[in-house]
Amino acid sequence: MIATLKPDSSHALRGLSDMRIRNLFIIPTIIFLIVFNIFPLIYSLGYSFYDYSAAGSEEPVFVGLQNYRDLLSDPNIWNNFTVTAKYVIISVGGQVLVGFGVALLLNRTLPAKGLITTLLLLPMMMSAAVVGLFWQLLYSPSWGVINYVFGLGDFAWLSDADAALWAVAITDIWMWAPFVMLLSLAGLSAVPKHLYEAASIDRASGWYTFSRITLPLVSPLLLIAIIFRTMEAFKTFDIAFIMSTQPTTEVIAIRLYKFAFQEWQTGKSCALAYIVLIMVVAITNIYVKYLNQVKER
Amino acid sequence: MSKRTFASLMAGVAMTIAGASAAAAEELTIFWAEWDPANYLQELVNIYSKETGVKVTVETTPWSDFQTKTFREFAAKGSTYDMVVGDSQWLGAGSTDGHYVDLSDFFQKNKLSEKFLPATVAGYAEYPAGSKKYWAIPLEGDANGWAYRKDWFEDPKEKEAFKKKYGYDLDIPKDYKQMRDIAEFFYRPDQKKYGVALYTDNSYDAMAMGVEQTIFSYGGDLGDYSTYKVDGISNSKEAIEGLKAYKELYKFTPPGWAKAFFLEDNQAITENLAAMSMNFFAFFPALANPATNPNAKGTGFFANPAGPTGKRFAALGGQGISIVSYSKKKEAAMKFLEWFIKDETQKKWAELGGYTCSTAVLKSAEFQNATPYNKAFYDSMLMVKDFWATPEYAELLTSMNQRVYPFVISGKGTAEEALNGMTKDWEATFKKYKRYK
Repeated sequence: MIATLKPDSSHALRGLSDMRIRNLFIIPTIIFLIVFNIFPLIYSLGYSFYDYSAAGSEEPVFVGLQNYRDLLSDPNIWNNFTVTAKYVIISVGGQVLVGFGVALLLNRTLPAKGLITTLLLLPMMMSAAVVGLFWQLLYSPSWGVINYVFGLGDFAWLSDADAALWAVAITDIWMWAPFVMLLSLAGLSAVPKHLYEAASIDRASGWYTFSRITLPLVSPLLLIAIIFRTMEAFKTFDIAFIMSTQPTTEVIAIRLYKFAFQEWQTGKSCALAYIVLIMVVAITNIYVKYLNQVKER
Repeated sequence: MSKRTFASLMAGVAMTIAGASAAAAEELTIFWAEWDPANYLQELVNIYSKETGVKVTVETTPWSDFQTKTFREFAAKGSTYDMVVGDSQWLGAGSTDGHYVDLSDFFQKNKLSEKFLPATVAGYAEYPAGSKKYWAIPLEGDANGWAYRKDWFEDPKEKEAFKKKYGYDLDIPKDYKQMRDIAEFFYRPDQKKYGVALYTDNSYDAMAMGVEQTIFSYGGDLGDYSTYKVDGISNSKEAIEGLKAYKELYKFTPPGWAKAFFLEDNQAITENLAAMSMNFFAFFPALANPATNPNAKGTGFFANPAGPTGKRFAALGGQGISIVSYSKKKEAAMKFLEWFIKDETQKKWAELGGYTCSTAVLKSAEFQNATPYNKAFYDSMLMVKDFWATPEYAELLTSMNQRVYPFVISGKGTAEEALNGMTKDWEATFKKYKRYK
């Protein structure tokens, strides 16, 4: 027998108030967020005050702020933060320069512009693990293309303590500059054409037009791109983990992984995760404040 | 539907359910890393399945994820795996944290200390050292050995040139001094030919294994495993010389050799990159196989050479099989182990390609002549020595990697500074875990 809706039930569905429909959509999301985000967040905050190993048999021992004190007074951790800061500056700086530069080039009438833009976006659609392995081969001193093209002979990018971080950051730039390019293009296409026409009539120089019209109008979107990329670069794990085991490329996320899953120092790793979280939130807030100032101008 | 039909139907359903749960009870899962020996083990356990009707599955995960995944399962007290073929370093954590079932009675009853090679019993089964408490059955014996380009070594022109330069015959190195000479001799970057391939990956224990066997052979040690004393031992003069020797050999590796483990070291032989290559014996079948190594006919194998005073050691690899204490099928797992330790099973295990730890099988001429590397494997197993197996071994590994890697790979600091730093870190770790009384 085919089931049919009773007239009064369809009427009941039609009769749902806006409030009930809103709740129907929001409540599952809120439950999901509480179970998978908020609860673990609070739970791990609790663990950060305990000496505890999830793989061990001993009960957690409350140590107060000891984990935080140990971490913040550990020179190795500060070294990891320094590496991370260098990585963020090189990587995000490079992405902005390359991404914005390419966006400026594309912001004109070009043959096959759509195709070029699509091709340029491909790197960021790839898996970071694949990109890392792929670039490892490109950097290989024995058969890598990079040394061959630039005539660098046997220079071992990933074995050299100083060059390794640059090598990893360049890979990240290759992968994520298209993201900055995409947002910059959106910003550039929104700049009113009459402003450029007025500048042209006033015989404004190229630099003047760029610094007084293009940059100020694109900067809100560019800043959003920088915020996203800084947050991501600060948390980088995959590319750096796959490409190099140099201490000079051991960003804070790798140290965190080692604490949590190689050494099983659960309490300490929770504390470190919170320190990283606080830093990312602080940096993001600075950016957001600046973004609001830019928007108000 | 009549009452009778209904009753038979219900009986059928009940039997199906009972049958299904009985079948579920007859399934065992063994967890191991993803590599050839795991495939051999699957072949072996298929025989057990045929004999007993108990389905045994060998589940694997890549090496990089093996430790993490196992301990994550332990942390959750999960019963997914009934047995785990765990690394020798895990014994401390596995036993003291209650993840492994105590197999001491099983060990004594079956006189396994006599059945298996002593080094494998000490390395894969017993914890703490000398306690006669056993937590695993030696399953896959392994040690760090060497593959070399026999065809290069036997080339008359090379032999002549080598003798002229070094004053003795080019042959398998008897000590580290000769190994260094040979590595230097074959180091020809202009021909894309290099002397030696070492372990340099510091993400887990690869580099530590390469370094430790050099330190051991130089007369050094990593500490007193029973008292946890490290100062004056892991940074002794001999240990420092051993580390310097490893660094010296690193000079003759192919360019970019900064994250090399088993895959890269085997590639050094298959791709004509290096004259000698360090690797665990478990990875050598690929080098003896012409399908995976075009130079298979010209590849030979040897055990780690001696240090300057004649001391000779090899880093212990390999694993023992333990019953997971959270398994719901411990009894069935125990029955499987009873089958596994039988002489004929051990023989079959060796025939399939597994590195048995059974003394009788290892000593047999049949085993030693079965492959070009079995003799070197047997020699190595008589001189193996392992890293720390304490529950905090992972922290010790991290310190060692952090201190030693910059010296070996990037030439930062001195060997003395690296080992002093490592010793200081290790002491702090042992203090943290209250190892000193």
